[in-house]
Amino acid sequence: MKRVYVNEKWCLGCHLCEYYCAFASSNEKDMVKALKDSKINPKIKIEETDGINFAVSCRHCNVPLCVKGCITGALTKKDDGVVTIDKDRCIGCYTCILSCPFGAVSPSSEGVIQKCELCIKTNNGTPQCVAGCPNSAIVFEERGE
Amino acid sequence: MAVDYLYPDYEIIRNYDRCIACRVCERQCANEAHEYLEDSNKLVSDDAKCVNCHRCVSLCPTRALKIVKTDHTFKENVNWSGKSIKEIYKQANSGGVLLSSMGNPENYPVYFDKILLNASQVTNPPIDPLREPMETKVFLGAKKVKIERDENGRLKKNLTPHVVLSMPIMFSAMSYGSISYNAHESLARAATEMGILYNTGEGGLHEDFYKYGPNTIVQVASGRFGVHKEYLNSAAAIEIKMGQGAKPGIGGHLPGKKIVGDISKTRMIPEGSDAISPAPHHDIYSIEDLRQLVYSLKEATGYTKPVIVKIAAVHNVSAIASGIARSGADIISIDGFRGGTGAAPTRIRDNVGIPIELALASVDKRLRDEGIRDNVSIVVGGSIRSSADIVKAVALGADCVYIGTAALLALGCHLCRTCQTGKCNWGIATQRADLVKRLNPNMGYKRLVNLLTAWQHEIKEMMGGMGINSIESLKGNRLMLRGVGLNEKELEILGIKYAGE
Repeated sequence: MKRVYVNEKWCLGCHLCEYYCAFASSNEKDMVKALKDSKINPKIKIEETDGINFAVSCRHCNVPLCVKGCITGALTKKDDGVVTIDKDRCIGCYTCILSCPFGAVSPSSEGVIQKCELCIKTNNGTPQCVAGCPNSAIVFEERGE
Repeated sequence: MAVDYLYPDYEIIRNYDRCIACRVCERQCANEAHEYLEDSNKLVSDDAKCVNCHRCVSLCPTRALKIVKTDHTFKENVNWSGKSIKEIYKQANSGGVLLSSMGNPENYPVYFDKILLNASQVTNPPIDPLREPMETKVFLGAKKVKIERDENGRLKKNLTPHVVLSMPIMFSAMSYGSISYNAHESLARAATEMGILYNTGEGGLHEDFYKYGPNTIVQVASGRFGVHKEYLNSAAAIEIKMGQGAKPGIGGHLPGKKIVGDISKTRMIPEGSDAISPAPHHDIYSIEDLRQLVYSLKEATGYTKPVIVKIAAVHNVSAIASGIARSGADIISIDGFRGGTGAAPTRIRDNVGIPIELALASVDKRLRDEGIRDNVSIVVGGSIRSSADIVKAVALGADCVYIGTAALLALGCHLCRTCQTGKCNWGIATQRADLVKRLNPNMGYKRLVNLLTAWQHEIKEMMGGMGINSIESLKGNRLMLRGVGLNEKELEILGIKYAGE
């Protein structure tokens, strides 16, 4: 399946991916209206230390531990491989947050959890972090399983 | 604190209605012009640090930023412009020579803009390049005056080494050191994909780039940095740099702090030592001396590579070129006074040299008059800004052009003219690792390929309009040119007629 991959070599740590992610989830048409005076809670996050930057988001694992650990069946791996969250079923137990080895699942501001769903629900499956990366450090491509 | 006589040249205008405080401006400015105020969740800017490179403007996701030229003014007059006043304050402050980057920005005539191209009407039909074949291929090197045949009547293959290019464009010399590894990789890959050449400049050739050898010109300059046998043999052609358009008569100086790691290794000098290129080649004081170096280089490469001699366009350029054409060189490259540089003394850059259009026209004429035009090909550089400039240069007699500044612009350069600080926000004229990585060669080379592809299309369109289907038929075809706003002397030197004639 096509996944979001990050090349540390080209990641500048500019954090724009976080803002494009937050904008994509907002359902607003204007970025200013969506993000002005608010603290963003994006699903992709830059991890940085000593001049090394790396954007981290869901890997959409073949055997996703978050899905295995989900006690209500809110998290599922769809036929196309995308690991999605059904917010109506999520009870906010955070088992998935504990079980994800990449730290790619996080609490959402609505009390449940949030994770990258490759923009399938917001932008017809065109990940906005990829589109907004100024240095092509984040790519969306098929690299085999 | 001493009084600061200077007011910032640019002002950073932030539209607070649009700023979402994402801090990308702050993170991306190597000059630290932006600052985030934690307590008020607000960004503020210091105009004095801004060099107007547009990195923040380009990356701002909400277009909340713009840079404007300050309207603050000195009480200036025609004689004492704000620029002159400012430069005196700077020098009174520092006691130093003023340094500048890129090409001569002063208000001298741009002759390309006073030359117009012809087009066919009625009696000599134009050619549609989308329907008919159109040749932009160029061969650089000495041409035989007559065809020779052996006893069987077959053509003798006695042509000296040539460079073959898919179009009359090459990337001009920019050293590894003056520009970054990623900028070099972008140029090398684009040249390879498009079938043209790029030029190492005088900083040697990084070991990673030997694989691009067939599309590389290696330079031998007065400092002889990084020159060895493998270096010479790896390339498609060798260039002896006698001068540079931005700073004729001046050498180069790459400060010791930039001679680190791979740059020190590639230049073959110790880390931290200043790389000083002398103004003259210390072994060249005559055309005969130049001939010795030309043949030393040919000997070292087994007479398999053409040798280019690069000079700056100066007052006696045609006489100098005539000497070079007799020195055994295969190609003469002339760099006009608008040519770029990573750093040059401002007074030299702004006051020395002559326009490339006049230099080219006079060199071409002189070599033809002396019957030695076929000894050499002519390459011109020094502010080729568009495909139209290329067509005009070829019609004035050039075989090919060098583009430097235009190529850097394609890579993201915004002509902020502060290369000498080494803090290029676009990852081009810098060696700081965090800045170099901002230029991803996968994107950079593609942009260069796009530019060349576009220009090649445009060259074909313009040639087709003139009813010419091969760049060879355009070369030196000055009847395709007409001047506007030029005086008799200028028309005479350019060898063109006035519009309407």
